[in-house]
Amino acid sequence: MKEYILKRLLLFVPTLVGTALVIFILLRVLPGDVAEIILSGPSGEGSFAYEDVLRLREDLGLDDPIYVQFGQWVLDMVRGDLGESYVTRRSISQQLKNQIPVTLQLAALSALTVAAVGVPIGIIAAVRRDSFLDVILRGWAILGLATPSFFAGLLIILGLSTIFRWMPPVGFTHMWVDPVVSTQQLVFPALALGFASNGLLLRMMRTQLLEVLGDDYVRTARSKGLSNTIVIWRHAVRNALLPVVTTFGFQVGALLSGTVVIEAVFSIPGVGGGLVEALLSRDLPMIQIYIIYFAVLALVVNLIVDLTYAWLDPRIRYE
Amino acid sequence: MSSSGDSNTRKGDGVAGIVNQDSEVVQSLTEARMVNWSQWLRSSGRFMRNKPLGGMGLLLMIFFLLIAITSPILATHDPTFTYARDRLLPPNGEHWFGTDFLGRDLFSRIVLGSRISIYIGLASMLGAAAAGAVLGVTSAYIGGKYDLTVQRFVDALTAFPSLLLALALLAAFGHSHVNVMLALIIVFSPRVTRVVRSTSLSIKQMPYVEAATAIGATDFRIMFRHVMPNTFAPLIIIASGLIGSAILIEASLSFLGIGTPGALSWGSLLSGQAMRFFTTSPWIVLFPGLSLTLLVFAVNVFGDALRDVLDPRLRGR
Repeated sequence: MKEYILKRLLLFVPTLVGTALVIFILLRVLPGDVAEIILSGPSGEGSFAYEDVLRLREDLGLDDPIYVQFGQWVLDMVRGDLGESYVTRRSISQQLKNQIPVTLQLAALSALTVAAVGVPIGIIAAVRRDSFLDVILRGWAILGLATPSFFAGLLIILGLSTIFRWMPPVGFTHMWVDPVVSTQQLVFPALALGFASNGLLLRMMRTQLLEVLGDDYVRTARSKGLSNTIVIWRHAVRNALLPVVTTFGFQVGALLSGTVVIEAVFSIPGVGGGLVEALLSRDLPMIQIYIIYFAVLALVVNLIVDLTYAWLDPRIRYE
Repeated sequence: MSSSGDSNTRKGDGVAGIVNQDSEVVQSLTEARMVNWSQWLRSSGRFMRNKPLGGMGLLLMIFFLLIAITSPILATHDPTFTYARDRLLPPNGEHWFGTDFLGRDLFSRIVLGSRISIYIGLASMLGAAAAGAVLGVTSAYIGGKYDLTVQRFVDALTAFPSLLLALALLAAFGHSHVNVMLALIIVFSPRVTRVVRSTSLSIKQMPYVEAATAIGATDFRIMFRHVMPNTFAPLIIIASGLIGSAILIEASLSFLGIGTPGALSWGSLLSGQAMRFFTTSPWIVLFPGLSLTLLVFAVNVFGDALRDVLDPRLRGR
């Protein structure tokens, strides 16, 4: 177990560096000159003098060889200097410091609702196989997978405003400043964000449990005279849960990137909104940092999934 | 290859026999092609009977495809014509789905907008399936360093959530129609590669591949005439699942205003100004949103049914 964790952690470092390198190179092979792209503005029609281009190139260090640029960039990042935006001239780290807690709270709340709703409902659907309830729940899952998250979000706002004549307060309040307002603001985006993942998890839980319920040891447990509840919760669910955990882990990654869309619907000032803003204004240094941020999060989530899996399934450890 | 020594001793015989068999097979194949239609109809009838939900999905998909093809005729108004007096009209006899905040006819905009969703969904699925099939088969058959390199790329790309990867690629490529499609192909082809590779690895061990090697077929021929056609069932399963994801990602990108600038797309119908007026005029988001959901629903249930038919082991997943 220790060996596996150590190996997995060691592998994390080269993956991280590789990811940073790929993102860096990807954004440098942009067709056209980066400095000119920045100066011509979001519409691509801004006018500028040639001296401006030269000065900006100097500023950005674009005249240096690419490995020098990459080294400089990584060094700066390690020192905690993330650079500044080319459009607003504000410090990127300051901006991220405000945005990260927002997005993490949203994603965490969403993951919580996905797990808290998807797993029990999946179990119910499997136990009541082919009943009317099962059909309804499966339909719910299929609907979730087909609905774009932003449409789900708009429908929630629409429902709240027409039925309850109430709108969730706009913006974001920290959990520790005002828990009630904060929850009011985040619950609905979290639900809209998790709608698809919820359906996926429900289906996964249902099929896994159905498969396990057909196994020999479940029949043995039943013939020992154990009650249905104990057979399902103590024997079947535990073994069916493994693949569900993996699915859930990957869904957390999807939820994190899904915040980009849902933050735009509910106008939440998080990292996703920042990325969209940077993309629309072609703010290269910002785009780089934002994408790295999401990539690192995805890698960390994958790492946690792998470690959890090893912890849950002892057979993994010896491989 | 224990049989290779054997066949060497009666080389002339064996090759002639196989060649004869080959021509018989070709003949029966052409015959099969002639009667194919009635058989095809019968099997699709069976599909409809056994999988009513999947059959409904298929019919809906055909319905949307017909709308996309005939959209210039179906559209009742010019989708870009703004008429201030008619802004935010609810659905009525003149404007079937109502009008938006600029007085543009929503029905025409939705009908014409179906083109991008369907085009991107199908094109990126085909591109990813083709790229993934070639990479998967070659990776499994050639093996060695080539396989290792391909697999590292596949691992790296599948580690990212697809929406994020698409965003990153669009940031690099610049925003346009074709680039959205290209980005989606890069996002999805690693998943196809992984599935095709693992299937090809087991097919590589089959006696008929050995037989093909024995009669001196080139590697190219074995890969693309013998191995690849046998990976089609899993390939179709994974590819049909990609259409829905591609449509959803394209819609999300155009909703954010990053996908296809200026183009008429279902995602963009819900974004920007539409969000300011939808609580008082819900039809401006309901109709495009429902169309999108219905299309993805149709593609998904059809894909599920197809998977059940092609791979009974995965039934119900």
